[in-house]
Amino acid sequence: MFEMNATRLRVWLFTLACLIAAIALPFLAPTYYVQFFAKALIMGMLAMALNLVVGHGGLVSLCHAAFFGLAGYVLALLSPRYDAASLLTTFPLAVLSSAAAGLVIGALALRTRGIYFIMVTLAFGEMLFFFFHDTKVAGGSDGIFINVRPEIAVAGRQLLDLDKPITFYFFVLACLVGVVALLTMVVRSPFGHALAAARDNERRARSLGFPIFRIRLIAFALSGGLAGVAGYLAAAQFGFVAPQMLGWHQSATVLVMVLIGGLRSVTGPLVGALVLIGLEEVLKAHLDNWKLAEGLIIIGIVVMLPNGIRQIWPMIFGSSPEVPVDAGRAEAEHAVAEARHA
Amino acid sequence: MHEIALRAECLQKRFGGLAAVRDVSIDVHVGEIHAVIGPNGAGKSTLINLLSGELFANAGEILLGATNITAFAPDRRARAGLGRAYQKTTIFPKFSVHENVRLAAQARSSAPLRMFGGVQSDTECHRRAADAIGNAGLSGRSQVIADRLSHGEQRQLEIAMVLATDPRIILLDEPLAGMGQSEAREIIALIASLKIGRAVLIVEHDMDAVFELADRLTVMQDGGVIATGLPQEVRTHPAVRAAYLGNYGDVA
Repeated sequence: MFEMNATRLRVWLFTLACLIAAIALPFLAPTYYVQFFAKALIMGMLAMALNLVVGHGGLVSLCHAAFFGLAGYVLALLSPRYDAASLLTTFPLAVLSSAAAGLVIGALALRTRGIYFIMVTLAFGEMLFFFFHDTKVAGGSDGIFINVRPEIAVAGRQLLDLDKPITFYFFVLACLVGVVALLTMVVRSPFGHALAAARDNERRARSLGFPIFRIRLIAFALSGGLAGVAGYLAAAQFGFVAPQMLGWHQSATVLVMVLIGGLRSVTGPLVGALVLIGLEEVLKAHLDNWKLAEGLIIIGIVVMLPNGIRQIWPMIFGSSPEVPVDAGRAEAEHAVAEARHA
Repeated sequence: MHEIALRAECLQKRFGGLAAVRDVSIDVHVGEIHAVIGPNGAGKSTLINLLSGELFANAGEILLGATNITAFAPDRRARAGLGRAYQKTTIFPKFSVHENVRLAAQARSSAPLRMFGGVQSDTECHRRAADAIGNAGLSGRSQVIADRLSHGEQRQLEIAMVLATDPRIILLDEPLAGMGQSEAREIIALIASLKIGRAVLIVEHDMDAVFELADRLTVMQDGGVIATGLPQEVRTHPAVRAAYLGNYGDVA
């Protein structure tokens, strides 16, 4: 019991240290790195959202970029051309749009299993991609600009302006903390345990009385909504959205972040995103064939740490209570390998 | 006569041109173990799958108590009070014994899909899980990961999970399959204890066990029921003897 508490204390201290470092960053680092880190945190949010269905639900989705991009497009379409959009209306609308898309796509895709599920989600993701690519709804293949970033203003007084890099950074950090808290709560709740039970043995979970389809659909919509949070922030940061944001390349990249971070924890994919994006940044600066080096390093990580980078944690801090071997992992890895080779 | 827990009437299931189950009616009573026997291919497994909802009947009705569950999906039948164990042990192999059974208790709790608050806070679920683990004879093994258990213990675990869902009727599909003598004895004793306050329907090939356990028997052949009744009646039934001994074994 004492050891349990000691482990928990270390986890809390480590989390606190990370949070303090993240809060201190904008006061210590140049703006470029603050923006770079914000971008990495946004991708981390997307990876954590995806992992709710991949790691905890055992459902490998290849359409999460579509939820991500859709929220970005909602912001772009709701933004006035020369004025700031209201954060308080566009943010919930964007997130709800992504969650609704998750609900509709999930309701259809969750009728299939395994590789068929992957293909159906891929097909729906590509449908949304081509919707924005081939129609004039939002600039077609050229994409669309968000000239002024959203703000919170009450009676003409600006309270929060995402145009300021430091404000934007702290808004991203607050969203990140919110997403981590929400996912941690869901994963530890009876709902989260039922979701994991359905992943490990669908037949048994159903015959115990769990409504599998409903559980997975709720998880899928929630995951889509959280991907929308990330998409909204990404669109606000770049001030530009293009169809590539919804494409399967993006989905596959996020899946790689999930895999290198580890499937069985909430924050593993965040670590995976930071590692992958950091790696790209370093390699790009020093190598011409950086993609080749990146691929080799990713293969190395997956081979040496089959449970993800989060596996390093127990090596450093002593054993954590649960490090189960991943059953759904082989399937996920296979999907990623296929997607990357295509 | 005990109260009827489960009643199936004129169930039919066709796979293409094959009638796997033809006009099968069966009553399972509370406080009784009802065994279904018959040669391979008689339709026993199909029947149990029709009752649990993994297959849907082409015709006929299934009543659980007073509720018509014919159109219910398996999860809804489970919530209505029908528990089942599979021929091939079906558990959550990576979870501890306690988590396996706790999940079963959670499925029948008042808020099985609550998203707020950890699972630790539901003490009622934990208590029911601990009770079921004790009743199935796995006390002291609750922290073991399920796939480390022996074959017999996994059977006990599966029964503990079914018990934790608080069923009115339990369907057991060949619970003694692939089990050694001593292991089988324990499981037989456990199955015998299940009928108290519940109904049990069992499909089993081990005739010694069947005649030891069953209060009532139904014999199936080629998808239909050829005899049903008390064990001693069924044992001497001419059609049953013909089915088991072949047509030329003239019944005395």
